[in-house]
Amino acid sequence: MAEISPLQKILPDGLAGLGHNVLTARIEDVVNWSRARSLWPATFGLACCAIEMMAAGGAHYDLSRFGMEVFRASPRQADLMIVAGRVSQKMAPVLRQIYDQMMEPKWVISMGVCASSGGMFNNYAIVQGVDQIVPVDVYAPGCPPGPETLLHAIITLHGMIETGEILRRRATGEGAVQIEQRDGQTASGLAIGGRR
Amino acid sequence: MGYLEGFAITWRKFARGFVGDDIVTTEYSAGTRSGRHDEKRPKPERFHGRHVLNRYEDGMEKCIGCELCAGVCPARCIYVRGRDNDPADPTSPGERYGYVYEINYLRCIHCDLCVEACPTEAITESKLFEFSFTSREDAIYTKDELVVGDDGRPKRLPWEDWRVGDDEFTSGWVRATAPQGSAAYENRVAWSGELGYGVRAPEAGQASESATVVPGSHGHGHDHAHDGGHH
Repeated sequence: MAEISPLQKILPDGLAGLGHNVLTARIEDVVNWSRARSLWPATFGLACCAIEMMAAGGAHYDLSRFGMEVFRASPRQADLMIVAGRVSQKMAPVLRQIYDQMMEPKWVISMGVCASSGGMFNNYAIVQGVDQIVPVDVYAPGCPPGPETLLHAIITLHGMIETGEILRRRATGEGAVQIEQRDGQTASGLAIGGRR
Repeated sequence: MGYLEGFAITWRKFARGFVGDDIVTTEYSAGTRSGRHDEKRPKPERFHGRHVLNRYEDGMEKCIGCELCAGVCPARCIYVRGRDNDPADPTSPGERYGYVYEINYLRCIHCDLCVEACPTEAITESKLFEFSFTSREDAIYTKDELVVGDDGRPKRLPWEDWRVGDDEFTSGWVRATAPQGSAAYENRVAWSGELGYGVRAPEAGQASESATVVPGSHGHGHDHAHDGGHH
């Protein structure tokens, strides 16, 4: 019986069958390192949290230490969306469109309690958590979070990027909140957010 | 040659950034770097950070499960359930204690109304504000995380970034000696002692010349009349 070479073994699966070896593991490290250190945020300041986000970008806290001082006005040039502020029901489709326009790989930080869960605005006008619309990676608590809290969230995200898989993409509905509708009018267990 | 003067100012400021004169950046990096590259700005004394649930000096919990904090909370982020104390092994002095105590930090706006509502100074706020979560479930702190440890210090959870001084000024001292409060409270101890800190020394107040507070100073004023109904 002829010996099967490792190359023949991985051919049917392509790159996915390659697994981890010395070469791909190093490439993964370099890619993750560079992604974590050139994370360009899209501007999505919606309320008072945006003031703290600007303060984090200013000289006193200096986001450019992490290579992310350029807040891009175009979502096509951004990797990270910092949702800073309360998201109203009218703003939600806009936010989702901005997120969809961003290139993969992309991440979302939900900054402040209003973006994370609605905060003290538990009413009909405010989306109760932006994770119902887009998949959120890191939540920063506080009302508003100080620049240091935002930096902590960003560094937490850096850790996630550096230990993550470079080719991984979100599955449908992954990272989104499962909303249980209890009014009997709509389907229960509806998944909003993620890629559909 | 007016534009050259403008450039000169730019370059002078740029050079001073290296020499050290004009550096305004506090290089906070959440523990990923060290030394000068990981500094945190000192917080004000009355900063509202992450809550702690205090205990008396003998180790008993201060919370009596009255749910006033949950009632006053504008964000509805606190969930409390009280339960009767076991007479043989009480958790708190008095009849009841906080059996369940949860705070959702993705709702809390750190307004400190719970601290003001608390009749026993059980819940106060620390100066810790550097924390973040990767899921909504992680943001709900339970009693295990909120109650101070046996040394009276807040529990340093692995996803939080505690530094020296963040656990000072967490008692009823913060509320009772507020500068905007009644002047009658100046120089008077009107709060109960707590585990690890004892009874804190009163602030001299704005009327006094030496309105300074030594951080972590343990007062010995056990002769006050109002001490939260304990002892």
